[in-house]
Amino acid sequence: MPIHEASVLIIEDEPEIRRFLRTTLPQYGYRLYEALTGQEGLTQAAARNPDLILLDLGLPDLDGLDMIQRLRKLAAVPIIVLSARDQEQIKVEALDLGADDYVTKPFGVNELLARMRVVLRHAARAPGDTGDPVFTAGTLRVDLERRQVFVSGKEVSLTPIEYKLLTILVRHAGKVLTYRQLLKEVWGPLRVDEAHYVRVYMQHLRNKLEAKPAHPRYFLTELGVGYRFRID
Amino acid sequence: MPDRRPKPEELLKLAQEEEARQARGKLKIFFGATAGVGKTYAMLEAAHEQLEDRVDVIVGWVETHGRTETEALVKGLEILPPRLVEYQHATLREFDLDAALTRRPQLILMDELAHTNAPGSRHPKRWQDVVELLNAGIHVYTTVNVQHLESLNDVVTQITGVRIGETVPDSVMEQADDVELIDLPPDDLLQRLREGKVYVPEQAQRAIENFFRKGNLIALREMALRRTAERVDQQMESYRRDHAVQRTWPAAETIMVCVNMKPRGPRLVRAARRMAAGLHAKWLAVYVQTPRHLRLADADRERVNQTLRLAEELGAETATVAGEHVAQEILAYARSRNVTKIIIGKPVRARWKEWVFGSVVAELVRNSGEIDVYVITGEAGESRPLITPALARTNRWPTYALSTAGVVLCTAVAWLMAPYFDIANLIMVYLLGVVVIATRYGRGPSILASFLSVAAFDFFFVDPRFTFDVAAVQYLLTFAVMLAVALLISNFTVRARQQAELARDNERRTALLYALSRDLAMQRGLENVVRVALQHVTEIFGGQVAAFIADAEGSLALHHEPHRRFEFDPKESGIVQWVFDHGERAGAGTNTLPGASALYLPLIGVKGPIGVLAIRHAQKGYLLDPDQIHLLEMLTNQIALATGRTLLAAEAQQAHVAAETERTRNAILSSVSHDLRTPLATITGAASSLLEGKEPLAPTARRELAQAISDEANRLERLVKNLLEMMRLEAGASRLKKEWHPFEEIVGAALGRFEGKLGDRTIETRFPPELPLVHLDGVLMEQVLMNLFDNTLKYAPPATAIELTASVSGHTLLVEIADRGPGIPAGDEERIFDKFYRADPAREGGVGLGLTICRGIIDAHGGRIWAENRPGGGAVFRFTLPLEGSPPRIEPEGDGHRHADT
Repeated sequence: MPIHEASVLIIEDEPEIRRFLRTTLPQYGYRLYEALTGQEGLTQAAARNPDLILLDLGLPDLDGLDMIQRLRKLAAVPIIVLSARDQEQIKVEALDLGADDYVTKPFGVNELLARMRVVLRHAARAPGDTGDPVFTAGTLRVDLERRQVFVSGKEVSLTPIEYKLLTILVRHAGKVLTYRQLLKEVWGPLRVDEAHYVRVYMQHLRNKLEAKPAHPRYFLTELGVGYRFRID
Repeated sequence: MPDRRPKPEELLKLAQEEEARQARGKLKIFFGATAGVGKTYAMLEAAHEQLEDRVDVIVGWVETHGRTETEALVKGLEILPPRLVEYQHATLREFDLDAALTRRPQLILMDELAHTNAPGSRHPKRWQDVVELLNAGIHVYTTVNVQHLESLNDVVTQITGVRIGETVPDSVMEQADDVELIDLPPDDLLQRLREGKVYVPEQAQRAIENFFRKGNLIALREMALRRTAERVDQQMESYRRDHAVQRTWPAAETIMVCVNMKPRGPRLVRAARRMAAGLHAKWLAVYVQTPRHLRLADADRERVNQTLRLAEELGAETATVAGEHVAQEILAYARSRNVTKIIIGKPVRARWKEWVFGSVVAELVRNSGEIDVYVITGEAGESRPLITPALARTNRWPTYALSTAGVVLCTAVAWLMAPYFDIANLIMVYLLGVVVIATRYGRGPSILASFLSVAAFDFFFVDPRFTFDVAAVQYLLTFAVMLAVALLISNFTVRARQQAELARDNERRTALLYALSRDLAMQRGLENVVRVALQHVTEIFGGQVAAFIADAEGSLALHHEPHRRFEFDPKESGIVQWVFDHGERAGAGTNTLPGASALYLPLIGVKGPIGVLAIRHAQKGYLLDPDQIHLLEMLTNQIALATGRTLLAAEAQQAHVAAETERTRNAILSSVSHDLRTPLATITGAASSLLEGKEPLAPTARRELAQAISDEANRLERLVKNLLEMMRLEAGASRLKKEWHPFEEIVGAALGRFEGKLGDRTIETRFPPELPLVHLDGVLMEQVLMNLFDNTLKYAPPATAIELTASVSGHTLLVEIADRGPGIPAGDEERIFDKFYRADPAREGGVGLGLTICRGIIDAHGGRIWAENRPGGGAVFRFTLPLEGSPPRIEPEGDGHRHADT
């Protein structure tokens, strides 16, 4: 899916970060809009209708979480949050409020580009489109139509919950999912506070699907935030 | 050669006086000859002038005596509400010292400086209130009549025949910054008196007849004028001194007044003060303590004590010298102090006594040499004790009865011996009796025994027996000699005994002091010093003893012996504070708040007040005894020194700790700044060559520089992260957010961060199959593992395996991370966890915080972390985590391993 000439709105008050993005992103084919304040960001988001928003959570004028809610009301545009370290709680809140992913400052350009690619790809998908019926990553193959899972060609037997958890991770491959999001999807809205369920089942999946469960290749843990299925 | 320049110490004294004056309030006295000259009026006028200059003036106390013009002047001034004191069914209005100190005006008016306060006030006298106000930095205007001056008290009494009960120490007047004489010629005053401007008419008539006779008024006026003139003289002199006007400096005169237990003591003291003031001489008051002192009635001892205290109040230095021979002691002391004039009371003894016992005065005059001796009359019964001690005279009659019984016993023995011995030998029996009685019961009973012995000897043994008649004249000589011998023996025995007692007393005192100082010297720590001190004071004086020691903030904390409580009356905490602030004793037996239940003495160390010692004795007058006071003062000095020493030691300790902290801080700063600068230097260098390199750089070189920037930036980030984490751990801000985690998952997350950094090293993990969920803070535990991996990777050689093992034993999870590196230098196993400690400072990497953070986090989880060397080389880091509580249940998924195909 071509992502050339996708437009990106960066809402960030730090001039150095803006400069770094201004010099880097166009090289990868992105068109860049800049906003220095939350207020300006909201105006530009409405006016420019960007394909992606990079939002700094520490803006001087508006609360970052507030911004997410207001941007979400504006459009279904994907949002990647830029946050400082040690702010796991805020990251989780931002994600639960509808941000699509996050990068932690300081970040490398590769990391940012990878995140951007993933969210843009997911956003480009039409609603109801579940993508390829067969998902492959490395030695892992998931046949979503037949509900079969293979590792190195050998079928692995999963419980219904394990399978459901796997499908959600696979469907959002590359994107971070919070405990809450996973719990809601798999166990329903009543269990959203029992994160240990996700942890235990995640470990089951690793034991069944990873070569080295203690050093996972696919099912990555982002402690304090949630999980990510790695695709690269 | 005359001393033409002020000595350095004099200048120093001047500077100190000046300094003290700056902080103190200024005292202005409106001074007059008698009541009615217009002192109060003048004072109020001056107050109004000050008020116009926007000075904050209040009236502390004013007596208008119903005079209308004066009352008119009071209007417009703020008046401090009086304190109401209930006393013997009447309500007295008194000046409210505490309210004045709280109100803190710039200037306060205090009429009638000589006023005596109602019982129960803080100070017995108003002038003491004024001194406290001055010390608090408040300026005071006050009024004084000449007859109220302590040193002129006697003279005024002589002139007017009226004894003035209320007096003010001369020192108060001398220390006044300003004295304004309010003068009114006697005729005008009498006129005012008749017009009823001074007293209401009937009072005025009585006053004219008694006190305000013209002759009196002239004399009083003269005294007031002279006193003021003297003061001007003194000011002139001090002006000269201040401005180094060269004049002859009078040879320093020193006057010494000798006091004894006679009631005229105060009079001698006042005379000495007048003389000293006239000569600008310093003066001493001395009491010679002879063995007789021990046998004095308590009232007499107290009188000596009070006379000395009066002298002190009047500005004398006082001393008590012990010795047998009064005149010799006086002269010896006088010579040692370069005394030029001695004042002594005129003997009042009968002449024959002087012949028999000798006269101190005569001896003094004879041997005084270059010293002038002034003999002054004394007038008995004029002294009013400052405090009337309620001391009972000890009853001595039983000793006389016993002495009589002794003579009876001697007679019985002599009676039995009479048939076999010569009559002369019987005398020996009686003499022996006298010796025994003298040793046991002292002078009086032994003299009685001497006479009784002679009488009994005559009656029972000298012919004709059983009459007092004497057959042979020679016996009269026998009697005379016997009596003389008996009296002499009694005298010598008594004296020997008294000296022994005195010596024993001194020895006891020395022993007590020695014991105290020895015990104090062995103590460490304030608590112990105070405890030992209190023990000693309690042993010596009995009663209840406590100490109040000031802490660093100056608030006083009560200490007392653990098993002997001091029942402290919180109402007296004000006294404690007062004693501490003023460095003077107060409470029972003193002039300040004598109504208090205990005596409070200041503990003054080398660096100022340390605290207060309190003693409460069941026997009220016990502590008034000058001997006891003296002993107590020596003890308090010892205690203060020991306490001060302890406090200094504590301060030194604190200073040492502070220095140590400072040293550590400097080490940290240098370490952190070094570790921050090194990566910054690399980044700056690499970036500048990318920017400013003249030739276009080869792509490999560019790449290398970019890599360096990236690596160093990462290192910098790690460093900052560790520093922040450390700060949060130390501030206690990182509260654990514990949740149930599979431990393996955390290991996985941590290992995920090291991808691409392991090189050819591998990490081998070993977990038991059924590892339970662990309740921990996932983010912080990931940090622990990351720091441990980081540390291990620094040392693990290439192509080796790092082993990570977890195991469960009992209620503990044990985690081990082992490498094959160089291991830990012996003795460093603990220190590597210390802040900013690096086993090998030359090695690049963190600031030595990683392991400290690990320990902080593990400690917070209730676990333990430690390091050891592995058998076969390498280091192993181990930590434990308690497996507490029961993990939450995971509901099973119903049936089937395989998901339904439906």
